[in-house]
Amino acid sequence: MTRIRGQKDLGIGVIYLALGLAGFIIARDYSFGTSGRMGPGYFPTIISGLLILFGIIAMLRGILREGQPIGRINWKGMALITLSVCAFGYLLETAGVIVALSALILISAAASERFRFELRAALGLVAFIIFCAVIFIEGLGVPMPLIGEWFK
Amino acid sequence: MDIFANLWLGFTVAGTFYNLFYCLVGVFLGTAIGVLPGLGPVATIAMLLPITFGLPPESALIMLAGIYYGAQYGGSTTAILVNLPGEPSSVVTALDGYQMARQGHAGRALSTAAIGSFIAGTISTILIAVFAPALAAVALQFGPAEYFSLMVLGLIASIVMASGPLLHALGMILVGLLLGMAGTDVNSAVPRYTFGMPLLSDGLDFVVIAMGIFGLGEIIANLEDEADRSVMTKRVTGLMPSKEDWKRIIAPILRGTALGSLLGILPGGGAALASFGSYSLEKKFAKHPEEFGKGAIEGVAGPESANNAGAQTSFIPMLTLGLPSNSVMALMIGAMIIQGIQPGPSVMTEQPTLFWGLIASMWIGNAMLLVLNLPLIGLWVRMIAIPYNFLFPIIIVFCAIGVFSVNNNAFDIYMMAIFGVVGYVFRKLDAEPAPLLLAFILGPMMEEFLRRTLLFSKGDPSVFITRPVSAGLLIVAAVLLVAVLLPAVRKGREKAFQEE
Repeated sequence: MTRIRGQKDLGIGVIYLALGLAGFIIARDYSFGTSGRMGPGYFPTIISGLLILFGIIAMLRGILREGQPIGRINWKGMALITLSVCAFGYLLETAGVIVALSALILISAAASERFRFELRAALGLVAFIIFCAVIFIEGLGVPMPLIGEWFK
Repeated sequence: MDIFANLWLGFTVAGTFYNLFYCLVGVFLGTAIGVLPGLGPVATIAMLLPITFGLPPESALIMLAGIYYGAQYGGSTTAILVNLPGEPSSVVTALDGYQMARQGHAGRALSTAAIGSFIAGTISTILIAVFAPALAAVALQFGPAEYFSLMVLGLIASIVMASGPLLHALGMILVGLLLGMAGTDVNSAVPRYTFGMPLLSDGLDFVVIAMGIFGLGEIIANLEDEADRSVMTKRVTGLMPSKEDWKRIIAPILRGTALGSLLGILPGGGAALASFGSYSLEKKFAKHPEEFGKGAIEGVAGPESANNAGAQTSFIPMLTLGLPSNSVMALMIGAMIIQGIQPGPSVMTEQPTLFWGLIASMWIGNAMLLVLNLPLIGLWVRMIAIPYNFLFPIIIVFCAIGVFSVNNNAFDIYMMAIFGVVGYVFRKLDAEPAPLLLAFILGPMMEEFLRRTLLFSKGDPSVFITRPVSAGLLIVAAVLLVAVLLPAVRKGREKAFQEE
């Protein structure tokens, strides 16, 4: 396999091309209209077309020219942070704020290399959850259940 | 003079107890997040946007503005004491400021930064009061063609400031425009890019995108290397600059203010570019250029004044044209829309209390910062010492609750998670997301102005170059684009960003 010279250029090119193609194909369902009477598909089609063009140029640059390698990707951070946020979204209305916040904080904190169990941090967690409950639910009236349906 | 009457009106609005309180909250929060590396004004303002729903428009914008210029003050504190830029705009402050701190002159460096910022803030407040009405008067004559061209210029200018290859930044604009298309088309009521999901029929919420890309994405990137921070824990003493210092800093402060004010007005400008520009300018003017990088007080005074001036004058295009010149201004526009105010040249005439109150509050906020900053330095030092591994889960919590509170909908939380990954991937590929956010906000407006222009001209696109103002704006955009492509400018731009 030949070495890819400009990983970053190639990578962004692929993304631009994919987004452009998706945008273009979906926009075919919307009427294009004419320049004088732009339909809902007019502007998206032009933008997607340009994006496809840029994607191809970036890919060619990545293949033909010397560029920069992407470098190490923080898979662990990406996975844990995404998971923690999704867990919060799922647990918020089912299990309530207390469980959802605990999950969010513990899962996301595990993304750090320095994550370990400490009594002080655990006490901080409890205090912070109480703080959030008071400020956001009592103070600002955000409609989040303290205890969710699961426990009722 | 009208200006004095207007400013007086502004001060009566900004001077009410209620607004003074929100101004104080804004600058205090701004300084705090400025001090903390890894948390910037964009993420903070995005987090606080939902909270501003319940505030009157004046108080909401006064607080949000305070966060932005307050962050410029805070960023310099971290730069001087830890050699880490709290904000991108204080990168160059770290060069000489940290050296001064190491030589035991941390107090002088901090007070120089604060005094420079205050003088710059005062002068640029006056500049806004003078130039904004004039610009708004011009903008009221604009037709759809001029607006479209102006937005093209704004988008092109935004990539001048973006780091990474030009092609990547141009692509980010297109991605942003495309994302802005999602939702129901205003003219035909056709749902576009909604994938059949009714939750998307109002389009993507820009708070979701901003927090995902700038909040979560940045956190994932920051977690790649968790460097240790060594704080200058030595007590900071000798706060007042000597008479000798005053002589050395006054000219750099004024030059920095002038340069910063100018660069701030340009779309795509703002604080960061101004500080880089000022540093190289001071190096050219200095009697002892060899001192630069080894603790030259001019190297702190100039850039710190410039970044504050730039931060303030970047409000001019936002307030008068409804055109955001950077991501923070894009969020301010969002805040106005949330409050039911249509951004544009009519803001000044239809909302004079908002317009002048905001301007007056900037001066008040700057005065508060000058008073706040130096006595509270002990608090800021302790804040810098908070390890990032405690900080980032808290930031995520605020992002998650903030996004939820916009529509009280868990769907937005999942969308934010997706955009977090998107933001991280774009960063890894050297595609800076700031132009994306700008384009996302401008996209629907651009489509509408394009549609109207072509409707009037019966589909003939030549109106964009036959109408003089529109043609002029497009020429400026083209010149900018070519200038960025020129090898000499490109090298300078790359060099400026390598120092970050």
